[in-house]
Amino acid sequence: MWTLYKKEIRSYLGSLIAYIVIGVYLVLTGLFLWFVDGNNVFDLGIASLQVMFDIAPYILIFLVSAITMKSIADEKRLGTLEILTTKPISDTAIIMAKFFASITLIAFALLLTTVYAYTIKNLASPVGNVDWGAMLGSYLGLLLLSACYTSIGLFSSSITDNQIVALLSSMVISFFFYSVLSLLGDVSFLDSVGRSLSWFGLEFHYNSISRGVVDTRDVVYFGGFTAVFLGFTQLVFESRKW
Amino acid sequence: MSIEVKKLSKTYGKQIAVNQIDFQVNTGEIVGFLGPNGAGKSTTMKIITGFIPPSSGGGTVCGIDFVENSIDVRKIVGYLPENNPLYPEMYIKEYLSFMAGLSQVNQAASAVKKAIEITRLGPEQHKKIGQLSKGYRQRVGLAQALLHNPKVLILDEPTSGLDPIQVAEMRNVITDLGKEKTVMLSTHIMQEVEAMCERVIMINRGNIVADDNLKELKNKYQTSLEDIFKQLTQNVDAL
Repeated sequence: MWTLYKKEIRSYLGSLIAYIVIGVYLVLTGLFLWFVDGNNVFDLGIASLQVMFDIAPYILIFLVSAITMKSIADEKRLGTLEILTTKPISDTAIIMAKFFASITLIAFALLLTTVYAYTIKNLASPVGNVDWGAMLGSYLGLLLLSACYTSIGLFSSSITDNQIVALLSSMVISFFFYSVLSLLGDVSFLDSVGRSLSWFGLEFHYNSISRGVVDTRDVVYFGGFTAVFLGFTQLVFESRKW
Repeated sequence: MSIEVKKLSKTYGKQIAVNQIDFQVNTGEIVGFLGPNGAGKSTTMKIITGFIPPSSGGGTVCGIDFVENSIDVRKIVGYLPENNPLYPEMYIKEYLSFMAGLSQVNQAASAVKKAIEITRLGPEQHKKIGQLSKGYRQRVGLAQALLHNPKVLILDEPTSGLDPIQVAEMRNVITDLGKEKTVMLSTHIMQEVEAMCERVIMINRGNIVADDNLKELKNKYQTSLEDIFKQLTQNVDAL
């Protein structure tokens, strides 16, 4: 599994995907945080990264889908899946190696934005007067959210041998679980049903954890969500055996 | 006994790809697995190597059940799939070290070196796989199957798409390997079998139609292998 993990990381670094993904993530979050009129840190006058944390889930939908679209679809297209699965490594290990490789790349992109956090700390008045709890919670939230997106991305990549199909289905599914479910909570005629449905959405739990209170229920939800989609991936992966 | 297959069947929907076949491959043999396209050769090989499970039946490789203990079987089998899938963007050595890692080879560097030596990849070893000619790609595929020094080699059409010189070279490599290992190779080229194999298993529409020594098979039918092949595979057509 470690071998496959290393190969995945190396292929990200070798194919420019890693640089583009990290670059785009930093540029977009940077733009929204510091430059976009009306909503940036200086206009708001609040020493917080809230702007970034609001926009990041949407950027990540695109980026995580872009990272994961290749992972299984391309192995299918090339036929190398047959090589991988006839080596002494289990299907689960193959999926987990690909999962952790994607997560590592995203975690690195998230880590780089801590530069913004340092800047914010120095901009605050007095210096250092920042809600660290909310910030740490939000970072944890983003990481857990990325895990969910990655599992969706791997699943999408497993159902096709076409990377574009994988990219689009991953984005649609991710958007549905992040945004659409949470919007249902605001639909008046759905009333309490809508609110219950929004509980199943990723945004509800992301917002909850972003406040800086790490509730076990949210963590369990994110973990469960990821496990379910990785399970689906494994199911599709093994469908060759049916 | 290196490979033993018992009552192996595989059905896709209503289509029967492999129908209750039995055969054995003895240790140290080079066996040609012969049949027209779609006869069930690849399916059988995919089942033995653990890519797909059988619908019923099973068997062993070196005494290990390939359905129950697939992972253990994969450690002692080297497999070259049909069409030789590779990652074009990887360098040969990079790919082979990756494969050595997956096969859990202890001394990957020396295993890679040895595999490159056996398959005579030396002059091209610093290239990317995507830049290689078909013949060299095929050698990379074979090198990948040799890394963990497997006892059994399963090669699915190892010479398809190669030019005559490359075919001859590939045959030499396989014949050399056959001195130490059990080799099962599939093909639909008769000369291939006559050049390399001691024994022939013929399969047609999922059924085994012949399983004999090359010499005895020829004695029995008193004609060339090609005619035997035509006879056996068309007979079933008539049914």
